[in-house]
Amino acid sequence: MSKAAVDVPMKGGFSFDLCRRNEMLSKKGVQPPSFLKTGTTIVGLIFQDGVILGADTRATEGPIVADKNCEKIHYMAPNIYCCGAGTAADTEAVTDMVSSQLQLHRYHTGRESRVVTALTLLKSHLFSYQGYVQAALVLGGVDVTGPHLHTIYPHGSTDTLPFATMGSGSLAAMAVFESKYHEGLTRDGGVRLVTEAICSGIFNDLGSGSNVDVCVITKGQTEYLRNHQLPNPRTYINEKGYAFSKKTEVLLTKITPLKEMVEVIEGDAMEE
Amino acid sequence: IFEYNGSAIVAMVGKNCFAIASDRRLGVQLQTIATDFQRIYKIHDKLFIGLAGLATDAQTLYQKLVFRHKLYQLREERDMKPQTFASLVSALLYEKRFGPFFCQPVIAGLGDEDKPFICTMDSIGAKELAKDFVVAGTASESLYGACEAMFKPDMEAEELFETISQALLSSVDRDCLSGWGGHVYVVTATEVTERILKGRMD
Repeated sequence: MSKAAVDVPMKGGFSFDLCRRNEMLSKKGVQPPSFLKTGTTIVGLIFQDGVILGADTRATEGPIVADKNCEKIHYMAPNIYCCGAGTAADTEAVTDMVSSQLQLHRYHTGRESRVVTALTLLKSHLFSYQGYVQAALVLGGVDVTGPHLHTIYPHGSTDTLPFATMGSGSLAAMAVFESKYHEGLTRDGGVRLVTEAICSGIFNDLGSGSNVDVCVITKGQTEYLRNHQLPNPRTYINEKGYAFSKKTEVLLTKITPLKEMVEVIEGDAMEE
Repeated sequence: IFEYNGSAIVAMVGKNCFAIASDRRLGVQLQTIATDFQRIYKIHDKLFIGLAGLATDAQTLYQKLVFRHKLYQLREERDMKPQTFASLVSALLYEKRFGPFFCQPVIAGLGDEDKPFICTMDSIGAKELAKDFVVAGTASESLYGACEAMFKPDMEAEELFETISQALLSSVDRDCLSGWGGHVYVVTATEVTERILKGRMD
């Protein structure tokens, strides 16, 4: 093909060229691969000075825990963070993409990003893919107009709420919020409530687990408390470890010493 | 479709070194057609990628990645850092979100100041960084268990080799679709040691 040299895709967006082949394979009875999901508990609430977001840290691949300590609270802007539930690749890709769009917008306008900007960018992207991009998000931040908290569903609908939960553990977390939330929470009260909600998701929902991550966003300052609480430490650690008395049989060994990288200091710069 | 060819790949982090290992069987469902198949490829001296899953997609993806890396080397006049490479692989895989490559990569490399870096992804590019070990392939469930039990932090190169080999061989023994020996690369700041292991030939 004469186009082979221009394989590097500069335009971005999705490429569908393997779809026909994959459809042929699935007709022959081959199952498509399973994706990494973050069957999750993610929460957000508004307190008197700003917004607090919380998430668990387990990533599952079917019934197996693939990552015991993954990050579900993604950075969007210095004053806006977003938690993601659903297919892990979708939440990461969508939040990275909108984060860079927000950065460009900040350079263009010279102002701090607003939460509604991020909200509109996310919802229009998700709606245009009609729910196939499986990302359910809790977006929170503080901008010039005050603290905001929104939930975004995979098909593109949004809600604006004082407290919100998403993910498989959302019912467990919402139960905690509905009973204990009140307006005018202090920072410590809010962090405690969020931690309690996430813990209820961790202990009662099978798709959520491991540790609690919390992010506190106030006007002018953001604190990302990674692994704020570790309610599941590893028990029964074998102190001695494994000693292998019978060594593995090696058939062939090839050792390649690595050469020192030669630094080219002198020389003309390449002409563009 | 991941169970068409069979594969097992594991990468572990040690003290200023890392090790990446794979099995060597290539099969067409239950029939073995090759016992020396290479699943771990070298991108540059300190960066290796292992590709589990459908063998044809693994080879195509490897060729695309080598192409992109060579372009990068020409433009930037240096090698890619492992974190950058992981983002590149993730972007390439996510681009095919609705018609994915049936491939799970395991990336292992030495970054700045020879700090080891490992990560794995699912078939659409969801990165999963780990500080201890990552696994991929049909034997991944047994590998999770074996590595969880045998891993210790901050192992030296020799001990790391022993641990990763034992974990790999014991896991592939429990999986019909992978096996027939092992291929282990242990990379430290000064040398790359490539070893072929003898395992059960069944």
